[in-house]
Amino acid sequence: MQLGSKAGLTPFKLPLRNVFGEALLEVATDDPRVVVLDGDLGNSTMAETVRKAYPERFFNLGIAESNLVGVGAGLAACGLIPWITSFSSFLLCNAYDQIRLAIALSNINAKVLGSHGGITLGKDGPTQMGIEDFALVGGLPTFTMLVPSDPVSMRALVRLGTDFVGPVWLRSSRVALPVIYDEDEEFAIGKAKVVREGGDLTIIACGIMVATALDAAATLADEGIDARVLDLLSLRPLDEEAIVAAARDTGAVVTAEEHLLTGGMGSNVARIIAQHHPVPMRFVGLADTYTESADPADLLVKYNLTAEDIAAAAREAVADRK
Amino acid sequence: MTAMNDNPPSDLVEVARQLRLDILDSTTKAGSGHPSSSWSAVEICTALYFGDVLRYRPDEPWWPARDRFIMSKGHAAPLLYAVLARAGYFDRELLWTLRQIDSPVQGHPIQGLLPGVEATTGSLGQGLSLGIGHVLGGRLNGLNYRVYVLLGDGECEAGQIWEAAMAAAHFRAGNLTAILDYNKFQETGPIAREMALEPLVDKWRSFGWHVDEVDGHDIGDCGQAAFVLARRDQPSILIAHTVKGKGVSFVETDFTWHGRAVAGTGRAESGRS
Repeated sequence: MQLGSKAGLTPFKLPLRNVFGEALLEVATDDPRVVVLDGDLGNSTMAETVRKAYPERFFNLGIAESNLVGVGAGLAACGLIPWITSFSSFLLCNAYDQIRLAIALSNINAKVLGSHGGITLGKDGPTQMGIEDFALVGGLPTFTMLVPSDPVSMRALVRLGTDFVGPVWLRSSRVALPVIYDEDEEFAIGKAKVVREGGDLTIIACGIMVATALDAAATLADEGIDARVLDLLSLRPLDEEAIVAAARDTGAVVTAEEHLLTGGMGSNVARIIAQHHPVPMRFVGLADTYTESADPADLLVKYNLTAEDIAAAAREAVADRK
Repeated sequence: MTAMNDNPPSDLVEVARQLRLDILDSTTKAGSGHPSSSWSAVEICTALYFGDVLRYRPDEPWWPARDRFIMSKGHAAPLLYAVLARAGYFDRELLWTLRQIDSPVQGHPIQGLLPGVEATTGSLGQGLSLGIGHVLGGRLNGLNYRVYVLLGDGECEAGQIWEAAMAAAHFRAGNLTAILDYNKFQETGPIAREMALEPLVDKWRSFGWHVDEVDGHDIGDCGQAAFVLARRDQPSILIAHTVKGKGVSFVETDFTWHGRAVAGTGRAESGRS
């Protein structure tokens, strides 16, 4: 399986986490206020790019996420811009209280990288997977939530998140994602992108599911169903205008996310659509379950996160539209 | 570098007495709060803020080179507010809005709402880590200020305190000084009965800290020790032996006053009218 192959997307050689590392190094080079804090996983999150280039601005706090977040918050209070990095699961689940008080409630200018989001880290298994990060960060009302979907958007969102003043969380992934955007594409926080035009329904996706949604749209096109694909990129603020326009223009919506359905992106999109322009909806995501150690491609199939799963949901939603 | 504050009050014992009364009046008017946890650390804060230990500028509260004071035991917020008001950070009248709607004087300190409040605290165990961040930030910014963190004894049960203790020694944070308000009681009872901390001196030493002990109600000794400890090449902790509820006889002898305000006639009852 190659994400985006059915849609004709160009594969990209580097995993998304490597793109994050390169992007982090770029912003650290451009802005001397950027400091990087690591929970002893810099060689997995790829935050270690900064360790090599600017060792004085890189701090490994060891395997102690609560302290990691607190130290980062203190650095932010000194006018520096900390990127606090680790696996999404370890940071959010170990240090949620510290993120809540020292960053979210204090509304300080700190950045949190949740690496290895979703299930596609694969063989290390469910102890390491971040399948609840949208829900957890969603519970921190002052946080801006960014989810890149390809190498270009990763670089852009790392820069936008660094320049934005306030708490920012960004999801990174272990897998390589194909290229969706042109190099000169312009992004803005809170702005979704229509990555495929269509009039019969809209697939609203984020992260790795955007390429998968484009694959699904290609399949649906063969059947005469013309799907729009909307890449949210920002889960908070949500682009309400683009979401309502999708419902109004296409009359049916499928959401697709590499996250638990409970507390996930789809439920927030549904709240907006229910309020402004109710249409038939379907939701692709993880049912209330943990997954297992396996090859990412096998996991996506077993846990119903494939292009065919999205296409099946789309057929139902279109049929419901009447 | 500005050395000392312009007009240090000459009678620090009287300052401490006034702070106790402000804590009593603000929590009694609010009808809730943690006066007993505030009263145990009055002399510590008096020494720091009014005894020429901290360098600060109330009219420039975020002066980058200021010494930091982080109130990690956030439930002692009434003490922090009384101190900051007396130091000139904001109008003392604000104290009487503690815990009222639309007031920045929150039940526990919230960063960003009041000048001089360095951190959001109230979930215990978090302040020492913030202090390390200020130490590392000072190094990067080329500033040599000192960082003081007031810890409660009960909060030393939190794992994050020991994560931070390890990290502070690792980073040789000699300008970081923790002061432990060791009043020997936590919410539900005596520390020794609920979750024993001893041997506390040995614990901190084994984590690479310099340890000193002091009578936490002796303003002169607290100030002298705090000043000296912040100028070492390793992080230091001043274990200040204190009395919970200090200054109010019937509170001193009854730990169940934790988290309770003294009722409406409190000032009269406390004999300080």
